[in-house]
Amino acid sequence: MPRARRAIPAVAPKAPPALTFDQRLAAGLFVLLALLPLLSRGIASSYLLLVGERVVIFAIAALSLELLIGAGGLVSFGHAAFLGIGAYAAGIVASHGHGTLSIALPAALATSALFALATGAIAVRTRGVYFIMITLAFAQMAFFIATSLAPYGGDDGLTWPTRTMLWGRPLLKDQLTFFYLCLALLIASYLGVGRLIASRFGRVLRGLKDNETRMQAIGFAPHLYRLTAYVIAGTLCGLAGFLLGNQAEFVSPAYMHWQRSGELIIMVLLGGTGTLYGPMLGALAFLLLEETLSRLTEHWKVMLGPALVLIALFASGGIAGAIAAWRQRRAMGARLALPLARRHRLGAARKGSRSWRRAGLRLLSRTARGLRRGADAARAACAPAKTALGRGLQALPSLAERRLKATVVRWWRE
Amino acid sequence: MSASLFVVQLFNGLQLGILLFLVAAGLTLVFGVMDFINLAHGVQYMLGAYLAVMAYGFIGNFFLSVLLALFASLLFGLLLEFLVFRHLYGRDHLEQVLATFGIIMLLNQGVKLLWGAAPLNLPIPELLSGSVPLLEGLRYPVYRFAIIAAGVLVAAGLYLFVTSTRVGMLVRAGATNAAMVSALGVDIKRLFTVVFGFGAMLAGFAGVMVAPILSVEPGMGDQILILAFVVIVIGGIGSIRGAFLAAVLVGVIDTLGRSFMTDLLRLLLPPATARVIGPALASMSIYLLMAVVLAIRPAGLFPTKGRA
Repeated sequence: MPRARRAIPAVAPKAPPALTFDQRLAAGLFVLLALLPLLSRGIASSYLLLVGERVVIFAIAALSLELLIGAGGLVSFGHAAFLGIGAYAAGIVASHGHGTLSIALPAALATSALFALATGAIAVRTRGVYFIMITLAFAQMAFFIATSLAPYGGDDGLTWPTRTMLWGRPLLKDQLTFFYLCLALLIASYLGVGRLIASRFGRVLRGLKDNETRMQAIGFAPHLYRLTAYVIAGTLCGLAGFLLGNQAEFVSPAYMHWQRSGELIIMVLLGGTGTLYGPMLGALAFLLLEETLSRLTEHWKVMLGPALVLIALFASGGIAGAIAAWRQRRAMGARLALPLARRHRLGAARKGSRSWRRAGLRLLSRTARGLRRGADAARAACAPAKTALGRGLQALPSLAERRLKATVVRWWRE
Repeated sequence: MSASLFVVQLFNGLQLGILLFLVAAGLTLVFGVMDFINLAHGVQYMLGAYLAVMAYGFIGNFFLSVLLALFASLLFGLLLEFLVFRHLYGRDHLEQVLATFGIIMLLNQGVKLLWGAAPLNLPIPELLSGSVPLLEGLRYPVYRFAIIAAGVLVAAGLYLFVTSTRVGMLVRAGATNAAMVSALGVDIKRLFTVVFGFGAMLAGFAGVMVAPILSVEPGMGDQILILAFVVIVIGGIGSIRGAFLAAVLVGVIDTLGRSFMTDLLRLLLPPATARVIGPALASMSIYLLMAVVLAIRPAGLFPTKGRA
């Protein structure tokens, strides 16, 4: 029986394809974002929509970084380079009069992919800290190339002649169209990255993260898989850069600044790596924090800095980690409560139904409260006995001594 | 490209290299011994400079304020270690990046809040001002020589300390295999604290030394931090010797590249193109160097971790 590829047994879906909790959360986020224009129309501010656009665009970038960090274990500290490269490629093409979607977008994606391929080929050979540093170094190279692009603005940045044209018309000029385009691309990226991580390729990637030696022993070449992931992530981030450039109609080397790369990592960590909704929530949380804090004071970073330290120290799972912990606590309570509730024939008769669970929880908490009260009462009742016992124990040595002396004296006399 | 300019730039490169070494030495030890990514090391360099300026404002004596700034840097490093870093050893690199990035944000902005965004300056002391003749018709500032001398002295002292004292031996052993050192009964936590405080002081020293010749401003630590990372990655993480060689290499290549790359390219390319490509290539040169080194030797020039 010929075997074309090494078999990783496909996991057949056991349950009917209902949405998991994570997917429902992501879907909720998408719905909220999709409703944002209504809200911003209600209070007549396009500012809210601008923030929303930024959130969506950075969510795409954070998703692409999550593919590297969460699935591949590759902490890229130069991911912002792709933001800049995507925006620069499209901007340069546009400044030569080719600012149509059919040219600018492929240019942005192809340039990002090429840069990822060239730098990734060296970077994926290194591990851990070295990988962090070498991606940083490549991003710095891209940064300095951008600052010296004198024909395209150099340090000052490049103003796009126009937003990208669609069918010869400036369709993206319309804020609503642009917002929904970004949102559609975000949803597509979410689905794509999700499928990728769940696929055979994604499983190999996660396997390499967990134990590279074993994966090599079964015959996988780590570099190739990691490089592919790096190129995919870079291209996706290039897409985000393309959108970001479109939003501002401007691109500058600051897009690629290393602190921007740090902020991307923060978004992923703030949201919580290991899930897909985490990084998107992280992008949302970070940008909202930035917006609100920077309104309060010019020195908002003084507040954000310690917050990051505290998160790293005490809440390393980020938002997703907190949600997961909360759900686990809840599930644990329900699991304990269900048999109890059934024994007492409370609530509805259906097994595993909500009301069962709630009734069980109530019962459990009531029992716990009763137990605690009983224990307190018992302790109070025991207190005099305990003091008496303690006194007795203290008296014991002298008592024993007296007995011993008496015995010795008696023995001596005999 | 005249010979005298070349010599001057060579010395400038050497001086930059020495400064880089002072910053990178602490970083490479913290990295190597504790496997801890300290992005906040550059901020400690900046803080050293600010503390020196502040102390000078109080006392008015350069050398005393240098001493005071050194002591304050040491204390601040120990405080940071006690409050934050101590709890992050052995955790994921990502969390370390997050926490130290937060500290960068806090301190960069805090400095702006306290001293304002405008660059400050520390005057060069009488004793070290002026310049000495180097070659025919070529003078070089005494203060830059003083930086080189101080740096070389510190490097030599550090080398002796690491190679021939007991603590130094523990540091070297810790860089090779921290778990084994701990298993042999050494209080590795205290060793970490010592190394950390010492590294912070070295970074602060670099900041103090550079305060009279550069402007002291918020964010001055970021650029040197990235350079220091390049240095320790080229040199091999945890290796003092590697850090020294790589620091001098990076300092000289960077400085010479910035001054002569455009002229060199003009020999090969039309002048207009050279003027565009030259500066870019010069800024990229050390990153190219790092990429080449890592492509050939993925663990740097002098790897310390003893993996067969």
